[in-house]
Amino acid sequence: MSIASLLAGPLKVVNIGLSGFARDLAGSGVAVADVDWSPPPNLSPELQAALDRLLADPGVDAANEEAFERLAKSDPVLLDVRRADEAVPGLGDRMILHAGPPIEWPRMCGPMRGAVQGAIVLEGWASDLVSAERLADSGAIRFAPNHQFGAVGPMTGIITRSMPVMVVENRAFGNRAYCTLNEGLGKVMRFGGNDASVLERLRWIAASLGPTLGAALRHNGGLALKPLIARGLAMGDEMHQRNVACTSLFVRAIGPALAEVVEDRANLAAILRFVGANDQFFLNIAMAMAKAIADPAREVARSTVVTCLSRNGTDFGIHVAGLGARWFTAPVEMPKGLYFPGFGEADANPDMGDSAIVETVGLGGFAMAASPAVAGFVGAGGMAEALRITREMYEITLGRSPDWKIATMDFAGVPLGIDVRKVVAAGQAPIINTGIAHREPGIGQVGAGVVRAPLACFHAALLACAAEYR
Amino acid sequence: MTWTPFNRVRRGAYFDSVALMRAAARIEAMPGIAAASLMMGADANKAMLRDAGLLNHEGETAGPNDLIVAVTADTARHAEAACDAGEAELAGSRPTSRSRARSLSGAVEDLPGANLALISVPGVYAAAQARAALARGLHVMVFSDNVSFADERALKELARGSGLLLMGPDCGTALIAGVALGFANEVRRGDIGIIAASGTGLQEVACLVDRLGHGISHGIGVGGRDLSAKIGGLATFAAFDALERDAATRHIVIVSKPPAPEVARALFARLATCAKTVTVCILGARTLDIPAGVRAAHTLAEAAAMACGIAETKKIAAGPAAPARQSGRRFVRGLFAGGTLAAEAQLVLLDAGLAVASNAPAPGAVHGAIGTAGHLVLDLGAGEFTIGRPHPMIAPAMRNALIAAALADPAVSVVLIDLVIGHGAHEDPAGIVAGLGPFPMDGPAVIASVTGTDRDPQNRARQGAILRAANVTVADSNSAASALAAARIVAAR
Repeated sequence: MSIASLLAGPLKVVNIGLSGFARDLAGSGVAVADVDWSPPPNLSPELQAALDRLLADPGVDAANEEAFERLAKSDPVLLDVRRADEAVPGLGDRMILHAGPPIEWPRMCGPMRGAVQGAIVLEGWASDLVSAERLADSGAIRFAPNHQFGAVGPMTGIITRSMPVMVVENRAFGNRAYCTLNEGLGKVMRFGGNDASVLERLRWIAASLGPTLGAALRHNGGLALKPLIARGLAMGDEMHQRNVACTSLFVRAIGPALAEVVEDRANLAAILRFVGANDQFFLNIAMAMAKAIADPAREVARSTVVTCLSRNGTDFGIHVAGLGARWFTAPVEMPKGLYFPGFGEADANPDMGDSAIVETVGLGGFAMAASPAVAGFVGAGGMAEALRITREMYEITLGRSPDWKIATMDFAGVPLGIDVRKVVAAGQAPIINTGIAHREPGIGQVGAGVVRAPLACFHAALLACAAEYR
Repeated sequence: MTWTPFNRVRRGAYFDSVALMRAAARIEAMPGIAAASLMMGADANKAMLRDAGLLNHEGETAGPNDLIVAVTADTARHAEAACDAGEAELAGSRPTSRSRARSLSGAVEDLPGANLALISVPGVYAAAQARAALARGLHVMVFSDNVSFADERALKELARGSGLLLMGPDCGTALIAGVALGFANEVRRGDIGIIAASGTGLQEVACLVDRLGHGISHGIGVGGRDLSAKIGGLATFAAFDALERDAATRHIVIVSKPPAPEVARALFARLATCAKTVTVCILGARTLDIPAGVRAAHTLAEAAAMACGIAETKKIAAGPAAPARQSGRRFVRGLFAGGTLAAEAQLVLLDAGLAVASNAPAPGAVHGAIGTAGHLVLDLGAGEFTIGRPHPMIAPAMRNALIAAALADPAVSVVLIDLVIGHGAHEDPAGIVAGLGPFPMDGPAVIASVTGTDRDPQNRARQGAILRAANVTVADSNSAASALAAARIVAAR
């Protein structure tokens, strides 16, 4: 607009700085947008130089566009449920897959150790929990991150050969991702539970729930997940802490096929009761879906898009497209939130689980504006806080999802494509909605809240990108 | 101490679990409460409450669609109070506030057609914000100071290349298309355009034009360094071109301190070709080659009168006569919030033959500080007075200690002050000064001017009345007040 046009008016002002000016202007009836500005972080010269170089590189911008396109045109379909050692390539005897970046037995947190012990007994590699502990400590067990095998798991995230896993295929690219079935709340293996009741439930899931759901899905020809997510978003889910709408939609979608493949009515009732009683059942489906969406971006050379956010209760790890399976890790942070009766901050386990894969594709904390009640865990809570958080995530992502919209933001798409450069430039790390586990194994969830990915992961990743993308 | 569980059950109520957890966290802090929880009466929730010792027989009766408010308390009274508070938390609704954009790009989405960015972030960040705004095609007003010369030059060249206006840095005031930006006043729209290197200079001229019954088309702030050799007048020339082309502008006023010689030459050469009439007010310049046909004013009040086509400054009411002389009292103590007004005051005093010291000396004055003997004019908005403290235009009480000290000084004959009202300024500067009074008739004379209009929120007429009630002499302009002060000193010799 020319100076002459400006002088002709009317003025439309963007105010950056002292809010009093915006108030005066608004009071005089002038159209004004007041920016909630905060100073950019003070970066070391090394980081600043790396950032400047990557921001100025048109090759990186082009690669990021390609990565964003891959995320956007994904077509995830829930195909089947199969035994882990049939579905997950490379998973064999005496192997335990876990959530988060690589970690060995001595550094594992309480719940993860409890879960490992339980899994060893479940698979028959030891006869009781005490000898299971010895075995875990002996070096005879190979531990590896779920992500390295195309899989994800919530909280402790343990996957071993006999456990059933859901299979999601991204039809746009042909890749697959896997996740266990959600066990329910309370004393379960994902919170480190390992007693007889936990193992009995897992055996029932392996013998009954898993195969039955698998048969129903095959009978149904699979279940397209993107439209289901879109509906859930409109109903107040964000697919991390809130999955009740999607769980309900899932039961509605698979119900007829279930009824057609299950002959024993008691069995059918038990399955429906089990799934229906668990508000969070859909979480595991959302996680496998998110991994199937994110993985195709891994091959885009020269991209700075984040392809995974993950924690093991000790370390937080991220992957960046273009740098493949290289982990950038830092100590996890403690979630901040609210607690169930009888529990408090002193009981909380540090941040844990592969579930942050949903934030990686724009859901969870990124979609907070779709689920404003969840913002109650942070600060002032309420609609304003929820909007503020999603808007903050817009600042660190490349664009918005064309398929997943937030009604409360006039149908703006969820923030999609976390760019390491933007995270470092803004000094704002991704925000994750999370459950809070008890630090003692086997007690279960004690609260819920929010946690940030550590900025240190993104600093390390940025420097690596700058060094590699010359 | 026995902690007893108390429960209250509300049938058929549904609340979101997070809202319930927030309410519980709030009431747990209340007196006499050991633990609190609000949960819907589903079996799993009752089990949790039971395990935590929070459930009693009443809570046991709750069903999945009932709300349980549970506390463990030392007395029934404390329990009732907490339960009441918990329910009040749930019932209370907060009005939804609009969310604010987190950055320029978000703001431009919120406000399609945005055409001006007003930037007042700390100086070290201002240049980057200005650059980003220009890159998006917005005109820019940089209120922030502490921007480097190099950044200012680069930004103004970028603006010129893009055909955009960049006002500032350190631009405190602008009037664009009838909108008051920053510290600015409610002035009548009219056909006089102002280009000013200073905020309070722009404010004084605009308000005086308004009082003379005329109006302002636009007031463009170019920043205090624009006419330096390093910047070369980039913003001034851009503003001048724009006002010359602007159909609403008939006359252009330029207010500045003395430009660098080569910049002055280029500026005057440009003025000579102007199709519209021009008044320049270069405060502190004695000899300048102002082209024929361009009016030269020595004070801001004179500039306003000339712009309105009034030949004599006497047309502005002369103001009350100087108070009677008193022995022993010999000196002027000027205490100013506006830097340009402080400079103008010094020049008027110097013109009257007085030797003046100041922390921000105008040409002809010497350097001085608090405690310097003789005629002293302090610019209290200068850097040394505002480190870690608000600017006196926003917090006029800062000045009161110095006013009180001056009143108590037997050598002081006149306390000379400015009051600047309008948007952004304090809501009642006159009240702050009057709070020190009423000033005794046998003490120093307190002489003031009020830069503003009757339509400003503070209302100039009302501010004047408050001052007069405290025995302050209120002059019609800053230069008139300074002239009154000088006259009083000279008359007493």
